[in-house]
Amino acid sequence: MKDSLKPLLVFVGLLLFWQGVVAIFDVPSYIVPDPMSVFDRMVRDAPLLWEYTLVTLAEMVMGLVLGVVFGVLMALVLVYFTGLRPWLLPLLLITQAIPVFALAPVLMLWFGYGMASKVIMTVLIIFFPVATCCYDGLRHTHQGWLDLAHTMGAKPWAMLRMIRWPGALPALASGLRVAVVVAPIGAVVGEWVGSSAGLGYLMLQANARLWVDLMFAALTVLAFCSVGLYYLTDYLLRRLIPWQSKTAH
Amino acid sequence: MFDISLRNAGLAYGDNQIFRNLNLTLEGGRWTCLLGGSGVGKTTLLRMIAGLTSGRSIRTQGEVVCGDGLPLQGRIAWMSQEDSLLPWADVMDNVTVGHRLRSRSWFRKKKLDTEVKEQALTVLEQVGIVDKACELPQNLSGGQRQRVALARTLMEDRPVVLMDEPFAAVDAITRLDLQDLSCQLLTDRTVLLITHDPLEALRLGHHVYHLRGKPAELTDAIIPPGQTPRSLDNEKLMMLQGKLLDRLRHSEHDEGSRVHKGDIQ
Repeated sequence: MKDSLKPLLVFVGLLLFWQGVVAIFDVPSYIVPDPMSVFDRMVRDAPLLWEYTLVTLAEMVMGLVLGVVFGVLMALVLVYFTGLRPWLLPLLLITQAIPVFALAPVLMLWFGYGMASKVIMTVLIIFFPVATCCYDGLRHTHQGWLDLAHTMGAKPWAMLRMIRWPGALPALASGLRVAVVVAPIGAVVGEWVGSSAGLGYLMLQANARLWVDLMFAALTVLAFCSVGLYYLTDYLLRRLIPWQSKTAH
Repeated sequence: MFDISLRNAGLAYGDNQIFRNLNLTLEGGRWTCLLGGSGVGKTTLLRMIAGLTSGRSIRTQGEVVCGDGLPLQGRIAWMSQEDSLLPWADVMDNVTVGHRLRSRSWFRKKKLDTEVKEQALTVLEQVGIVDKACELPQNLSGGQRQRVALARTLMEDRPVVLMDEPFAAVDAITRLDLQDLSCQLLTDRTVLLITHDPLEALRLGHHVYHLRGKPAELTDAIIPPGQTPRSLDNEKLMMLQGKLLDRLRHSEHDEGSRVHKGDIQ
């Protein structure tokens, strides 16, 4: 069987399981609605869901892009400015030791109820896995390549661009895979704490009004977005770093 | 061609003295082979000559002097046991990596200079894999990868070549082929080849040394008779190989027993 079909099969299986649980245990629809009614709701509220999906997706993607850029820059600084390392590492750890959830209200206060605060939450969450993975990759360049480049009289910039950076890509790719999976946490939690749009906001509103089917509809869309984003990233990374299958796995 | 002298060389990792007061002269334009068991410090010695020993816990003494008075730095090509091919670059890019690493441009030029490209094709032709120029290293066999590494070494076109067991990872037949090829393509260069295979040392070396003990010392040079690469049906070569193998085994046993005694005390 083709590997690309398996996730689809898992999805169908989950749907059947969901339907089965609802039917067998006779769960009332205000606790768990059956898949069909959720689907109905999805179709009925499609314009609304679409609008809010775009908002949340935009937050996630912007957070991802900025988080990756900052993470990579941080890794480069840690590798090349060794004097700064003992100062920066505790700082990096502090940003992770404080739960982002605890920071959320402060971020709302500072950056408002719009997209900015959600993007910043996402950046805070994904910055760390990207920075550490990229740092590890840059630090552990294969010694043979470094020796070779050294005897060839490589310039530092050429060394980074042609040896260390491509050598770090497989490690950075694992960081990116983690980042893509956790990015929705930042966006949705941000929306829960305070927002006027987005899937997280919709879930909160639906929950308050006991529109459980709408809540499940939003949840399903969110799951699709996350899974889609992961597979897209994975596909792109495989295309861009074809040699990692031999070296990293 | 200039000689290279290693004078009173010493190196220690922390308290672990690998060798001290070591003197070795590499005759210009000739192959010097260095034999020794694993862990005796052959590679460390080679790295020291290449200027690759740096680090907080490493202490070095002595100096490396070239016969012509100029520094050795920038005049060596390095070839290690692993081929160290860049997995993301095709054969052509791997062979020309030195040129690109030294270029001053900030971003990669779309095209290599024609002369560089032609030179690369020539060396690839010499090592016999010009048809693989566009392949990625992962699609090559171990022997082909070492050929690319050899081509990359030739491309550097340096008077001194330092080789660290370059043919250890390939099968016996391929190894003989690669030895012949290297011998033919690297004549008239000053080569220091490190190996644990006495036959390889005897086939290729004009001078063969044996590094043994702790701290390591060099034995007197063996000068095998005849032209390199020496053929395998040479009786004298085989006799020397037997003697050297014996000596290698005994020196390893001695070290083993010494360690053992230390354990008991």
